[in-house]
Amino acid sequence: MGKERIEQSFQEKQAAGQKLFIPYIMAGDGGLDILEDRINFLAKSGVAAVELGIPFSDPIADGPTIQAAGGRALANGTSLKAVLDQLQSFVAANTAVPIILMTYLNPIYNYGIEKFVADCEKSGVDGIIIPDLPMEEEELIAGVLQEHSIAFIRLVAMTSPKERMIEIAKRSEGFLYAVSVMGTTGARQSHGANVQDYLDTLKENSPVPVLAGFGVSSIEQAHELSAHCDGVIVGSRIVELFDQGQDEEVRKLIQGSIEVGVRR
Amino acid sequence: MRKSSDLLHLLKTIERMIPLTTYTMPDETGRFGSFGGRFVPELLMPALLELEEAYEKAKNDPQFTEELNYYLQQYVGRETPLYFAKQLTKEVGGANIYLKREDLNHTGAHKINNTVGQALLTLRMGKKKVVAETGAGQHGVATATVCALFGLECIVFMGEEDIRRQKLNVFRMELLGAEVRSVSQGSGTLKDATNEALRYWASNVNDTHYILGSAVGPHPFPKIVRDLQSVIGKETKQQIVEQTGKLPDAIVACVGGGSNSIGMFHPFIKDESVKLVGVEAAGAGIDSDQHAASITKGRKGILHGTLSNLLQDENGQITEAFSISAGLDYPGVGPEHSHLNETGRVHYTAITDAEALDAFQALSRIEGIIPALESAHAVAYALKLAKEMDTNQTLVICLSGRGDKDVEQVKNRLEGK
Repeated sequence: MGKERIEQSFQEKQAAGQKLFIPYIMAGDGGLDILEDRINFLAKSGVAAVELGIPFSDPIADGPTIQAAGGRALANGTSLKAVLDQLQSFVAANTAVPIILMTYLNPIYNYGIEKFVADCEKSGVDGIIIPDLPMEEEELIAGVLQEHSIAFIRLVAMTSPKERMIEIAKRSEGFLYAVSVMGTTGARQSHGANVQDYLDTLKENSPVPVLAGFGVSSIEQAHELSAHCDGVIVGSRIVELFDQGQDEEVRKLIQGSIEVGVRR
Repeated sequence: MRKSSDLLHLLKTIERMIPLTTYTMPDETGRFGSFGGRFVPELLMPALLELEEAYEKAKNDPQFTEELNYYLQQYVGRETPLYFAKQLTKEVGGANIYLKREDLNHTGAHKINNTVGQALLTLRMGKKKVVAETGAGQHGVATATVCALFGLECIVFMGEEDIRRQKLNVFRMELLGAEVRSVSQGSGTLKDATNEALRYWASNVNDTHYILGSAVGPHPFPKIVRDLQSVIGKETKQQIVEQTGKLPDAIVACVGGGSNSIGMFHPFIKDESVKLVGVEAAGAGIDSDQHAASITKGRKGILHGTLSNLLQDENGQITEAFSISAGLDYPGVGPEHSHLNETGRVHYTAITDAEALDAFQALSRIEGIIPALESAHAVAYALKLAKEMDTNQTLVICLSGRGDKDVEQVKNRLEGK
């Protein structure tokens, strides 16, 4: 459960010479009843964990693709409670792959922090990512997550000064989420030249694995970034491919990305 | 018996006064009691810390104060009059009514008090670009204006629905050299324009300052905007004492995000004899689902980087706000207002579209002053309150803006369109 399950999954992938790949999918996009199949499909494709987004009306860290997916999910009635209930119906009994929830703060604040964390545990959630909760405000939930041994995955950004990067890395559990663009989620032509230095710095200083996310949409980009860290998180591209029904392309993207370690 | 209860009352009064005489909100983490804070992506945190440092330095620098005062006086046209509304007072037949004439500022509203200060901060931080959000366009115009004045590049995000409703303000901003970007996401209104401005800021934070238009958002914005708008309350305090020899008995101001009201209230917070009233927009009715009364009807939550009262559904999704007045049409409110509501220092109430429309016409007819629809909410409540007060008492209304921008909308509404 929780932290250990993420660590274990990462170690298995790395022992097999693979880079880590975490896809982001929007819970409720396409309906909640397809969630189990989708998670199993991703697990079989070789992902190290699944990042499951909770839709929110005002997602300030997200670009157009994920905003639109969240809009679709909300339009078909998806709520945090419905997602947790759905997960409970299958994840608790199924250990195919670690589940990490990505949610803005307000839906969980509204749900009640204690109740949310307790229900996450019941639903087999292994980690939490909250994009609008910086270090200065994290005591709101950090202690409660600790009690339930759910990994509290911190985000670090290219604007963070070095001492701050190190402090964030030290606190992060499961892995460190390295936001690798200046801006929101969504496909980019390329990452800045300084992204490599940034990832190298994090890699040198982080006691947990470092995964690069935001703006990663191709196997080439995954290779480029993975060379400087432990793997990548891909969101908008995966969301887009699933929305277009191109599941096979999703599988290819994952398998092409994780093979980096073997080629090197 | 009587004596001990008097003593108890006295003790309670003193107890209530202690926190007020030491009112130093927000604390260093940006908290106003249990409200406020900095709930933003890590990407923006360094910029908030930089802004906080730059602001604290500027505040203690006499040169900054001098420069700010120069522009407020020579460019904005301060101080604004505190006008005794004799006709209105006679018509109502209660308290003596005074109007703090923020409508006479350059660009027609209080918004420019904030944008002048923040533009000077932008220059001090060595940034060359400014981004802003706007609802009806008042803050956008005030921002575009100071950007023209100080040679800053300016991008304003505005909801596509608001752009349709406020074509002239879009043209004004463009005339002033700003680029207006249409926001079609979500409901295409102020809330969504704010999301887009935050996203843009995250992508361009190294060379861009975000001039937030109200006393909302992450720390230090609620504090900076309040301090810059406090010129309203400071002037009022001096003017009312000069004119009447005493503090006012009541002050009424409208609350959307709450910048004009917090600027008016803040210098009076410690003066317990002054009743402070914040007026929210009740839209179609406070018990309908079409209003913008975040304090009266909302619940605690986090939006745009701050913990405050919000309009939200049972799942924590932010709901749309409704008001005839675009400037009050926001589903959140500044965290300091939520705090002042919780402590009871400020009383919050709400006025409907219909009541605001009546007040809009009444002030135009009786005093020859066309108020902004936002300010008309304060006028509407003040008229009710003044009627219940004695003729030797005084009441100040913060007339936050002029109503020229609303004339067409009011015409259509009155003609039943």
